[in-house]
Amino acid sequence: MREWRVAMATYQEFIQQNEDRDGVRFSWNLWPSSRLEATRLVVPVSCLFTPLKERPDLPPVQYEPVLCSRANCKAVLNPLCQVDYRAKIWACNFCFQRNPFPPSYAGISDVNQPAELMPQFSTIEYIVQRGPPNPLIFLYVVDTCLEEEDLQALKESLQMSLSLLPPNALVGLITFGRMVQVHELSCEGIAKSYVFRGTKELSSKQIQEMLGLTNPSATGPQGRPAAPQDPAVTCRFLQPVHKVDMNLTDLLGELQRDPWPVPQGKRPLRSTGIALSIAVGLLEGTFPNTGARVMMFMGGPPTQGPGMVVGDELKTPIRSWHDITKDNARHLKKATKYYDALANRAASNGHSIDIYACALDQTGLLEMKCLSNLTGGHIAMGDSFNTSLFKQTFQRVFSKDHNGEFRMAFGGTLEVSTSRELKVSGAIGPCVSLNAKGPCISENEVGVGGTTQWKICSLSPSTTLALYFEVVNQHNAPIPQGGRGAVQFVTQYQHSNTQRRIRVTTVARNWADAQSQIQHIESSFDQEASAVIMARLGVFRAESEEGPDVLRWLDRQLIRLCQKFGQFNKDDPTSFKLSESLSLYPQFMFHLRRSPFLQVFNNSPDECSYYRHHFVCQNLTQSLIMIQPILYSYSFHGPPEPVLLDSGSILPDRILLMDTFFQLVIYHGETIAQWRKAGYQEQPEYENFKHLLVAPVDDAQEILQTRFPMPRYIDTEHGGSQARFLLSKVNPSQTHNNLYSWGQETGAPILTDDVSLQVFMDHLKKLAVSSAA
Amino acid sequence: MHPLCFKPVVIAVRFSTNQAYSQYAQGDIQNGPPPMDHSMAQPPVCQPYSHGAMNLSGPHPSYPQQYGVQPSMQQMTNQMSGMQVGSGPLTSAGPGYAPPPSSEPPISAAYSAAAPPSYTQAPHPVSGAPSQPPPPSEPAAPQPYYDGPPPSQQPPFPSSSLDNSPSHLAPSPAQQTFPNSAPPPVSQALYSGPLPPPDLALSHLPCIPCPVPCRPAPSQPGPPHFHSGPLPNAPCHPLYVPAAGQPPFPLAPCSSAFGQPRGPQPGYAGPQYPGQQNYGAVPAPTPAPTQKRLDPDSIPSPIQVIEDDRANKSSEPFTTGVKGQTPPLVTTNFQVKDQGNASPRFVRCTAYNIPCTADMAKQSQVPLAAVIKPLAMLPPDETRPYMVDHGEAGPIRCNRCKAYMCPYMQFIEGGRRFQCGFCSCVTDVPPHYFQHLDHTGKRVDCCDRPELSLGSYEFVATVDYCKNNKLPQPPSFIFFIDVSYNAVKSGMVNIVCQELKTLLDYLPRENPEADSVVRVGFVTYNKVLHFYNVKSSLAQPQMMVVSDVSDMFLPLLDGFLVNVNDSRMVIESLLDQIPEMFADTRETETVFGPVIQAGLEALKAADCAGKLFLFHSSLPIAEAPGKLKNREDKKLVGTDKEKSLFQPQSGFYSNLSKECVAQGCCVDLFLFPNQYVDVATLGVVPVSTGGSVYKYTYFQAEMDRERFLNDLRRDVQKPMGFDAVMRVRTSTGIRATDFFGSFFMSNTTDVELAGLDCDKTVTVEFRHDDKLSEDTGALMQCAVLYTSCSGQRRLRVHNMAVNCCSQLADLYRNCETDTIINFFSKYAYRSLLNTPTKTVRDTLVNQCAQILACYRKNCASPSSAGQLILPECMKLLPVYLNCVLKSDVLQPGADVSVDDRAYLRQLLSCMDVSESHVFFYPRLLPLVKLDGGSLPMAVRNSEERLSKGGVYLLETGLYLFLWVGANAQQELLSNIFGTPTFSQIDPNMTSLPELDNPFSQRLREIIDSFRSQRSRYMKLMVVKQEDKAELIFKHFLCEDKSASGGASYVDFLCHMHKEIRQLLS
Repeated sequence: MREWRVAMATYQEFIQQNEDRDGVRFSWNLWPSSRLEATRLVVPVSCLFTPLKERPDLPPVQYEPVLCSRANCKAVLNPLCQVDYRAKIWACNFCFQRNPFPPSYAGISDVNQPAELMPQFSTIEYIVQRGPPNPLIFLYVVDTCLEEEDLQALKESLQMSLSLLPPNALVGLITFGRMVQVHELSCEGIAKSYVFRGTKELSSKQIQEMLGLTNPSATGPQGRPAAPQDPAVTCRFLQPVHKVDMNLTDLLGELQRDPWPVPQGKRPLRSTGIALSIAVGLLEGTFPNTGARVMMFMGGPPTQGPGMVVGDELKTPIRSWHDITKDNARHLKKATKYYDALANRAASNGHSIDIYACALDQTGLLEMKCLSNLTGGHIAMGDSFNTSLFKQTFQRVFSKDHNGEFRMAFGGTLEVSTSRELKVSGAIGPCVSLNAKGPCISENEVGVGGTTQWKICSLSPSTTLALYFEVVNQHNAPIPQGGRGAVQFVTQYQHSNTQRRIRVTTVARNWADAQSQIQHIESSFDQEASAVIMARLGVFRAESEEGPDVLRWLDRQLIRLCQKFGQFNKDDPTSFKLSESLSLYPQFMFHLRRSPFLQVFNNSPDECSYYRHHFVCQNLTQSLIMIQPILYSYSFHGPPEPVLLDSGSILPDRILLMDTFFQLVIYHGETIAQWRKAGYQEQPEYENFKHLLVAPVDDAQEILQTRFPMPRYIDTEHGGSQARFLLSKVNPSQTHNNLYSWGQETGAPILTDDVSLQVFMDHLKKLAVSSAA
Repeated sequence: MHPLCFKPVVIAVRFSTNQAYSQYAQGDIQNGPPPMDHSMAQPPVCQPYSHGAMNLSGPHPSYPQQYGVQPSMQQMTNQMSGMQVGSGPLTSAGPGYAPPPSSEPPISAAYSAAAPPSYTQAPHPVSGAPSQPPPPSEPAAPQPYYDGPPPSQQPPFPSSSLDNSPSHLAPSPAQQTFPNSAPPPVSQALYSGPLPPPDLALSHLPCIPCPVPCRPAPSQPGPPHFHSGPLPNAPCHPLYVPAAGQPPFPLAPCSSAFGQPRGPQPGYAGPQYPGQQNYGAVPAPTPAPTQKRLDPDSIPSPIQVIEDDRANKSSEPFTTGVKGQTPPLVTTNFQVKDQGNASPRFVRCTAYNIPCTADMAKQSQVPLAAVIKPLAMLPPDETRPYMVDHGEAGPIRCNRCKAYMCPYMQFIEGGRRFQCGFCSCVTDVPPHYFQHLDHTGKRVDCCDRPELSLGSYEFVATVDYCKNNKLPQPPSFIFFIDVSYNAVKSGMVNIVCQELKTLLDYLPRENPEADSVVRVGFVTYNKVLHFYNVKSSLAQPQMMVVSDVSDMFLPLLDGFLVNVNDSRMVIESLLDQIPEMFADTRETETVFGPVIQAGLEALKAADCAGKLFLFHSSLPIAEAPGKLKNREDKKLVGTDKEKSLFQPQSGFYSNLSKECVAQGCCVDLFLFPNQYVDVATLGVVPVSTGGSVYKYTYFQAEMDRERFLNDLRRDVQKPMGFDAVMRVRTSTGIRATDFFGSFFMSNTTDVELAGLDCDKTVTVEFRHDDKLSEDTGALMQCAVLYTSCSGQRRLRVHNMAVNCCSQLADLYRNCETDTIINFFSKYAYRSLLNTPTKTVRDTLVNQCAQILACYRKNCASPSSAGQLILPECMKLLPVYLNCVLKSDVLQPGADVSVDDRAYLRQLLSCMDVSESHVFFYPRLLPLVKLDGGSLPMAVRNSEERLSKGGVYLLETGLYLFLWVGANAQQELLSNIFGTPTFSQIDPNMTSLPELDNPFSQRLREIIDSFRSQRSRYMKLMVVKQEDKAELIFKHFLCEDKSASGGASYVDFLCHMHKEIRQLLS
């Protein structure tokens, strides 16, 4: 028992240490050594990987990585490799190829090791020289069908952003409404723009011809986009910020609302689809495979042309979940297909697309989400551009790290190598497959699979992928004791300072025999990571499957896991126990089931898309907050403390601060609210009350400072309408159904028919111990 | 407003008429109802009146009907009636101007259209006329009649040409029959241009010496003397009477073109008229020089006719009150008084006495057509049509045929109803329009209302007359400037932009004080289009490029069409920048179709009509709708496939023009080509939308700037209407069947004009569909519904009444040759689209021959077949027709491009009569003494009229040439050019130096006045004798044989004669 505790402590440390160093968290930190046993563990061997985890302590090295010379391996030299210093030979730990060191390594010895061989550099970053540095590109795509006030706010935000961009970054501007205008930025005097009809789909080649980007004589065969020959030509639309910021500021200032009249009862005609296709086409033709960000700002749904989400008749409302399930959403499939194709084009060129959608109604994020999902772009959703939510979110896109560099990277590719016993099933995150075939691809596809390389067009330090593996070692071919399996992640990307960099992370875990060492394996379980990993799978499935099916699948996994690891007597629910390493897992699943990622009730299709988008790209901590919001309680009784996300925590003399990632709710209990109303905080003798009131606000500010996107900040109180944000999240342990049976005065009853955690657990136990299952 | 103008005049008139009556009334009153007061007013009138009875017999019944005058009544209340009658617009002109009793001349002038004056033999026909006994009884066939009697005068004439022939023609038997008198001087005295008794000459002229080769014998009766028999060399036409080598006629030995091909056969074997070759540049194998031919002075001279008409008709205003009178010629300056029919400035007819039956019309072959210029500008001394407002219910119209209220509506039942003069349907008079009738049956307010008393007036249209039942917006002008390499290089872009800055202040407006309400927009283009936002709130214009030319659309709404004054700063900034922006362009390709589409879209979006000004340089070969390919193929010229060159390459532009017309989008095209641009196709839209095409081939900024700018200024400023529909209604019996001009027709009756400017004419052909009555005559009402440049919807109405005749002679006596030629040329030019050129030419010749043959057969007294007898009114038909046949369009020279021909073809389609006249028969002025206000008398268009020592000004309607003889006097040269030496004259000058001497001043005045008369600026070219450029100049000497093979006047006349004889035999 004691030993187990020690092991536990060790594992927590181990996990933390690994995450800090490598940005990797595995579901299991001991790997079952055979395929059969692995499948019996229910939660697959998998990990969350944050490729660009901020490592201020990690100085990049200024040389090229050394690669394994085997053609289909190409693994990078790492601390796990066996090195023969005398012979100056290293053995690849993935394919066992023996490789000579390159001549520049002639001086190495066991006391003079290069960084990449040192154990503390299991993650290492190389700066490499590949061609001329590519500038960053920011292409603004701006909706002009906005209310005057909104447009004004947006214009100001955009003008402000110019000062945040790196001076040498290229910037471009496309505006759209009924027409799409591509603005030329280089000209003096007359402001020029190229105008496109908002209803006509054009091929990339046509767009480039119409923009005068192709030299007719130089057009390649088969319409292959000709390389940008004449920089003067291409630069008409994309100019260095430092050259045009005055010009562009004026241009933005003169931007008018879409002038075409909008008849009564109609929506403005918004050519979002064409605007995006032109943006994509423009970049495709001029800067393929260069990091670029298309930032689209829209104030309503696309209403015409390809990609339209809703017609311009106001009497036809935009599709709801109801319409979708009834197959009544006319434009849904077409639009989704259109944006999907666009997203894939952008992704294959390494360009990412951000969507900043600010409107009271839905704007079509459901159809457009893949634009950001596949390209690693951001999605921000707000009510208006004239809100701090938008303004600060947008500003935060350009936040800088402690080195004064942007927290964004472009054009990333992630390559995964595994040792022989392991294969890659797939990845879930803001990436697309590069279809790179290799020896370590599993036939069993999970998420985006069938490849060992993924493209991540835009990366931030928190961008996290879930990677799923399959143990392929057969049961009858045991791995020798002490054998280790290794995984190497090679991330190549364009740093915001235009350098090309390669970050290599190599990790290894011990193999364990599941029959003899099941307890060890159990204690190596990372329930937080597993919850997120399973949640991502669930969300991934929810995109293509019916909601209830996903929930059922999730329940079944949970039950199987409990059956596998729970300690119980058959058919005796009361005897059911879970070890500490799994104890929180069912609770995560409970909240996950209630989360907007899987529950569409009360959330519009757009909101769901928005939530899911962020869920599949955030790191573990943030993801966990999304699954199970954090609740802090403030009272005169002591310092602020985290409390259970339970209706029982809602007490009259408390102030609660809930962080759901998307919302920050400060909830004043009934008594506190009355006091506040009475103005006690103004009176000097009640200064302590004032402090109490201020404390959660200060804490919230701290969260607001770092969170991206900006959460919705809600200050409410007992009985306030906005309190619903809190009430919908807490575990409904007290409801109108059971309030009196509890007979206590603490807590607040929730008006819901949802099951509470207790009921959920009871059911779970019953099913887990049932011999019929 | 108008009643005020009318009243005083009316009163004045009344008194004068009364006087007239009192003096002359006695005899006349009984038979002559008052309406004739015009003629009554003056003593001599009675005479023409009586002998012109047949003329006027028509009107009699019709007038009484209208005005309902009863003789008895009139007698009773003499004064009253005088008042009534006199008050009619009819009277105002004559009496008002001429002191009643004594002044005779004016009258004769007024009637000169009718035959009489021309018959008078006396040397002073005018004054003599009244005193002589009325030549009454046989007005029907006057010419032949006279022809005979004064033989004494004639022989000399023909003989002149004949007598000396022997040298060559000796063998000809016929010849011998000719009297060998040789009085060339006489003939000259009689016929040469300037001589006084031209009328006489004309009347006799008919007997042109026409040798009848085959049957000399029968042709003897009187004048046969005339004609020489067949010549051995040029056997078939003895016409060319061999005046071989005679000094007095130093004519170019125009070897008889007719003769050669036919060889020796004595008879006219072939009826065929082997066009080109026949006339063709004569290889002149014949020992031509020795031949002598017809004396050019003896054949009808256009100059003479013009001068006579000017002398007789310009002094007195032309009043339109009398039905069926032929107006003065277009070359004559005259004033018009509207008294119930439209002014000839608005409507000119080919015939003012039209046959009663279709058979007659067919027999005569005289086309029945009217050349209508609905929005013609009037000289300052004539009032423009009055505006009439009938209130909210709109203009009063006939219930059945929808004719508008006009002087020909007859009010009945005490004024409660009116009977339509067109369809006879009876319609109730709406209460608000009711007015009592006087005892003559005329409305009491008749003279207060323009629509009851005038030939031309305008109605204010109500919303019912507007598109979508919505009052129209003011129109817009959009300027499209080609900024491709060629356009920039030629300097066009620069010039246009510079000029527009000032020109925009002169947009058309109705009130000269107010600012124009016309909005403007700007677009430049090469193979993409650049729209400009010139909203007044902008500091700088904004350019919006549309490269998706395959599917044109308007990229902006607000700020494209702007008010000039509001956006002046922005517009000026734009016009300054355009030339700079494109100064270094390397783009050579252009589009054309999308440009028009863009304009159309802009007007659609603004929901208004308007005009597009396109400044275009090259064949649109860029990939876009309406893309064209170079299809110029000189090899097709002269073949049956030639017509394809005049047809548009594709249907694209026709379809586009339909859309343009529907929107009221008029397109004006300014072309600056350096090579083939396919005018035939590019011109489709302008021509169908009532626009104009201007072409400046090889445009060079220095040389052509002035012409282009003047054209542009005029084009922008000229008053015009938009979104117009024209409908011509006629009285039962005839029908408008065919229309010529720049317009579009979606059905058979409505002429749709997206734009209609003051220079555009529409020619309407009429056909019988029933019998007409001599009593009622025929009526025509042309109504044009349009939007004025201030955005007001209006209806302009022109009424025209003509007589009907059952005698062919009346028809021939009241024709207008200039108008007939205008019609023929338009007809022929249009036929080119579907018919081989040769057929077109043959048809023309044939029809003219038939006209003349019909006259000869039915109206002329029997005479020798060898005589060519031409009706007085049509004696110039052959010479003018020859000019049409020789024109570049119908008979191109080697240097005339397909584009030029297509351009001229389209240009002619909307010319009025005066323009087509000078176009076909240019005006050639000798610059001798330029003193006084009058012009020197023109000379005939023949090289032989040019003196080496002189300087001549030639006006073709498109160009002005200043021809300088090699031996021109030094003084003359100094006066004009400032240099006394011929060789120092710069042939490239485009304007004359401004010298401070009266001659130079006057010459420049003349040139300026010529230019101001034409709708297009005429570029001045100085041609020095013997210079290369002289070839171009000679091309316009249309009485001469042309380099492209066109016959000389003399040759053609002979040929015509032959054709006529063929028809007669």
